[in-house]
Amino acid sequence: MNHSVLGIFVHLLTADRLALFRGERLLFRDLSFSVGAGEALLLRGANGAGKSSLLRAIAGLTPLAAGELSWDGENALKDQPEHAKCIAWLGHLDAVKPALTAAENVPDAEALAAVGLAAYAALPARLLSAGQKRRLAIARVIAAKAPLWLLDEPTTGLDAASEQQFIGICETHLSAGGLIIASTHSSIELNVSKTLNL
Amino acid sequence: MKKLIFRELRLSLRHAADTAAALLFFMIAASLFPFALGPGPRMLAAIAPGILWVCALLAALLPLDRLFGADFEDGSLDLLLLSGLPAYGVAFAKTAAHWLTTGLPLLIIAGPLAIMLRLPEAELPLLIASLLPGTLLLSLLGTLAASITLGARRSAVLMPLITLPLMIPTLIFGCAATTSPHPQAPLLMLAAMLAAALPLAPLATGLALRAAAE
Repeated sequence: MNHSVLGIFVHLLTADRLALFRGERLLFRDLSFSVGAGEALLLRGANGAGKSSLLRAIAGLTPLAAGELSWDGENALKDQPEHAKCIAWLGHLDAVKPALTAAENVPDAEALAAVGLAAYAALPARLLSAGQKRRLAIARVIAAKAPLWLLDEPTTGLDAASEQQFIGICETHLSAGGLIIASTHSSIELNVSKTLNL
Repeated sequence: MKKLIFRELRLSLRHAADTAAALLFFMIAASLFPFALGPGPRMLAAIAPGILWVCALLAALLPLDRLFGADFEDGSLDLLLLSGLPAYGVAFAKTAAHWLTTGLPLLIIAGPLAIMLRLPEAELPLLIASLLPGTLLLSLLGTLAASITLGARRSAVLMPLITLPLMIPTLIFGCAATTSPHPQAPLLMLAAMLAAALPLAPLATGLALRAAAE
């Protein structure tokens, strides 16, 4: 499912009339959008609007109540483990193991360097600050080398310089034909971005 | 899957105190019985298989609370479910890691403890032969219970309440394999239970993990 032409990803994610519940509460219905290669979709909305739930549904972690999600024209959620191979996930939690070093958490020197953590590679993650742990989580997204990035509040805990660095990382991914869907409260803007208000 | 098992083993090594706790509990709990019941070799030999089985059962429960709990709390469970492995593959890897870090050490230490409890030498191979499928079953069913109670309040209390009744048949046949004059039948029963649990428990655990992640 990882199609690329001359090293550039060529993919299309299409959502058609999605509906999603959290417990008994309907979060949204008839939600349709599409994200193509080199595009970013920013999800905006109040707390509890369903941004994180939508990201989880796109990843196949939460089942949709209705609608269809297509990846390159095929039902994306028919084979979740195969669909997951196309996804790099950054949840609102960092999923960093404090007992492991930064390099053991993300065994990719290039990705660590990209987020400015190369010097901390041998340091146990428990000694990293909250912002550094977030950068380590971003490094994991880079290391996944997957075309579709699903990012839940990716800039939480980042200082202004790290936020700029993160935007640069996203731009690089988009210029390689990658796709990004990110929920965000902050005012980050990417060059090729659409906004979906929930 | 191999990568996930190695990651779990590495994490167990880094949390060596937690990993050793089960082993220490097994050794200390089994060692207390001669103090309570007296050092009479005949009585100790008669109850040694029961002591070792019950202590192994309780010891193996200790690390189950953190088996998925830590991953659930720090967001790693989502990553595991998005690793490209099917959920039952994640469950199988976790089960294998639990057995390698808990079941296998218990199996190894059971021999010296059995000698300390005056178990006749002839019965020692039977004890080990029964503990091998027994500890595997314990890992399979324990992992299942850990996934079912994931995210529940007081999961540490719920876990033994779910696991221990499930383990009673294993306990009965495991002890019988050592004490019965005809050990083949209970050993075959243990093997049959393992053959059934090996494919079914990871499937059920995978479903429970998916439900917890929702």
